[in-house]
Amino acid sequence: MSTLHDHEHSAAVSRRVKALIARLEDAGITTEAQLDSVVESFLTHARPENGYRVVARAWTDPDFKARLLADANAAVAEIGVDLSHWAPVKLRVVENTPRTHNLIVCTLCSCYPIALLGPSPSWYKSEAYRARAVSEPRAVLREFGIELPDDTQIIVWDSTAEARYMVLPQRPAGTEHLGEAELAALVTRNGLIGTALV
Amino acid sequence: MGFEIGHRVRSRAQVSRGHTRLPSYLQCREGCVVGVLGAYPFPDDRAHNSTNARTEALYTVEFQLGDHAVRADLFEPYLEAST
Repeated sequence: MSTLHDHEHSAAVSRRVKALIARLEDAGITTEAQLDSVVESFLTHARPENGYRVVARAWTDPDFKARLLADANAAVAEIGVDLSHWAPVKLRVVENTPRTHNLIVCTLCSCYPIALLGPSPSWYKSEAYRARAVSEPRAVLREFGIELPDDTQIIVWDSTAEARYMVLPQRPAGTEHLGEAELAALVTRNGLIGTALV
Repeated sequence: MGFEIGHRVRSRAQVSRGHTRLPSYLQCREGCVVGVLGAYPFPDDRAHNSTNARTEALYTVEFQLGDHAVRADLFEPYLEAST
């Protein structure tokens, strides 16, 4: 896709958004100020550091990990990740193990756990990733630099409905001496989507 | 009606003529229920009827696609029991 095409596309989207806002304001459904406050809240509260903290706590506290896998909404609230700024969604955390690797995608659009990970990367929304993640995940992972053993089972989670998914990566070997803050610093956004090991 | 974890199911062909959250690549496939998520507004209805959409049960269904598994959250009308 050329830069010119991108530019034209984004100008068209921008015109459409402006027209929609004008119609919504005319209909008394929302105001520019309300929209600004939603965007500000979005940028303030939606940060991948939320996800990193959740992972570090799960690595260091087995009871927390069990609660996280059973009911992620309640567990993340325990450590102060506030989901009240968001539309109510069911969060589900899926655990990588030596035998299982999880990968998250939304083939129909771009569903993503924004409250835990912030805005999604552009490749997550690309048609190539959305199509190939479910048809050839091993090849996609290889392009992200992950070579999984042949006997590792890959589970691809297609976010088709009400739930939003986050991967709990495996704790790297040799990190037994690290504290929660240091562990959180090891985690990457891609690790929480499943396109990195950590 | 209603599926439980472990039930074998088959996804239907196109269920709605308009909006749907049943991806085409998961239509007409054999799968297994691995999660029961509760009842939620049915997207195929909500798209046209936002204030009063009917609710349907939502399940996580696992499909084996070649060398990997795909799990998707699918509403009850998208599924039928597999024999």
